Amino acid sequence: MTIEVKNLVKKFGTFAALDGVDLKVDNGELVALLGPSGSGKTTLLRIIAGLDWPDSGEVSFNGEDALAQGARERNVGFVFQHYALFRHMTVFENVAFGLRVQPRAVRKDESSIRARVKELLDLVQLDWLADRYPSQLSGGQRQRIALARALAIEPRILLLDEPFGALDAKVRKELRKWLRSLHHEINVTSIFVTHDQEEALEVANRVVVMDKGKIEQIGSPNDVYERPATAFVHGFIGESIELPVQVADGVVRLGDRPLRLAAEGVASGASKLFVRRHDMLVGAPGSGAFEGAVRHVRNFGPVQRAEVALFDGETIEIDAPRDKELSVGERVGLDPRRYRIFTA
Amino acid sequence: MGLTLSWLSIIILIPLAGLFLRTLELSPEQFWAILSSRRTLNALRVSFGLAFAAACVNLVMGSIIVWALVRYRFPGRRLFDAIVDVPFALPTAVAGVALTSLFAEKGWLGAPLAALGIKVAFTPLGIFIAMIFIGIPFVVRTVQPVLQDLDPEIEEAAGSLGASRWQTIIRVILPSLGPALLTGLALAFARAVGEYGSVIFIAGNLPNVSEIAPLLIVIRLSEFRYADATAIAVIMLVVSFVIIFAVNRLQRWAQNRIPVH
Repeated sequence: MTIEVKNLVKKFGTFAALDGVDLKVDNGELVALLGPSGSGKTTLLRIIAGLDWPDSGEVSFNGEDALAQGARERNVGFVFQHYALFRHMTVFENVAFGLRVQPRAVRKDESSIRARVKELLDLVQLDWLADRYPSQLSGGQRQRIALARALAIEPRILLLDEPFGALDAKVRKELRKWLRSLHHEINVTSIFVTHDQEEALEVANRVVVMDKGKIEQIGSPNDVYERPATAFVHGFIGESIELPVQVADGVVRLGDRPLRLAAEGVASGASKLFVRRHDMLVGAPGSGAFEGAVRHVRNFGPVQRAEVALFDGETIEIDAPRDKELSVGERVGLDPRRYRIFTA
Repeated sequence: MGLTLSWLSIIILIPLAGLFLRTLELSPEQFWAILSSRRTLNALRVSFGLAFAAACVNLVMGSIIVWALVRYRFPGRRLFDAIVDVPFALPTAVAGVALTSLFAEKGWLGAPLAALGIKVAFTPLGIFIAMIFIGIPFVVRTVQPVLQDLDPEIEEAAGSLGASRWQTIIRVILPSLGPALLTGLALAFARAVGEYGSVIFIAGNLPNVSEIAPLLIVIRLSEFRYADATAIAVIMLVVSFVIIFAVNRLQRWAQNRIPVH
């Protein structure tokens, strides 16, 4: 099933939750919608599911107009952040719900429903919980049951709204891996919403970065990390050093001082210089584009993280390898191995 | 614990014990004769029968009112929300007089109904209406907080799983509200059975037709037939207790199916 969204606009009062969004998702993809809260990602997901309606624009499944159908007819599996399980039903009945409410003409008989539910509970590895009630399960188990329930109707598309948002860090990591392998197994076209970049980059085939109701970049996890298309994407994904600079005729200035950095093809004017923390190489004083003094060092973990006060007035955080320990008060030269300049 | 029990004894148990002791002045034959008299049986039938019917009407209408108050935003919503409590606060005699004048043959509602051949005031129908009036806040106030807690997402979940609106209400919403609905029903019923003030004004109080059991007790008291009065009171007490207890059990059973988080 392919999903195509064209020029989608949705306003809540004067606030534009979606401001002209175009997106195409191919059959069998696992796509992440990534962005800060208020970026419109959940609104986009809910419109695709039929739980919300756009002010204008198109949504089509396999070229067929989806907006002509309600949520009930779209045959879309939806997984909510807070699970939305039916608390008066057992796990078994929750998963069976979608099968039991089918029109009489196509409804399966009781033994086929039982077999199907058993199969789904096996798929999410929770068959031993069939007779429990949702309140007796942990958060991670509830979310897996919610997923099994959504899959029961053999949805054409699977949509997940911050599926791991309400879970603790350890469970999130386990479920991420599990979701990726589950998708590999069932291969249904899936979109999930997250504000956690690590989750998006680790699980998805493709990442859609959104901000303020617009799509900033669509690409593979590698693309959005290594080749961010806009200043927003560079700042949002990965940890970056961000410095306000002036560009004039190919010369980059920080404050009044010209930096020894090439800036071919960058338009003149106020700009932002982005460097990944680990791309800032530490050398002897006078050896790089920047000069500064180490203010603070946190030296545990795979790298040492140092706070460096630049002589130009800014303070930045860098990640340096641990082969040469830095000490507080030490003067260093810093040279970015890779950097990007975006017009502000 | 000790305090609770002492207080409960002083306030509830000792007066009730007095009631039972008083009936002991009667021989079993006398007791039976009072209960099986036509007038007593009819009064009990009117009280319990109409109270149950009124509680059922309140259950349905109360649920609809709760739904509107919780799920919709409309001008005057807070005002309507406050109006629901009026039957709680109004002296019951005032309610009785107001309802009677409203439904009397020349009243605002009584006149058009009389034209249709329906007589409300001074008939069992009047009792029924008074009981609905005083019972409605019990259903609304017990169901309201539970519905407020019910996440609208579960309705969206049911819809996206292919359930129609009707299936969502029957299979998802009503079962979740079940215990609260039963409590509301029991409270509205209990209140209607015990109601005296508003009913006697509108009832007409015709023996065997529109005479409620509490009124019969008062009549017996005014005739200084105290034992008769207590005998009827005891039987009302026992029947009410059995019904409330049954509803309580039913409610616990429903609640156990939905373990609390």
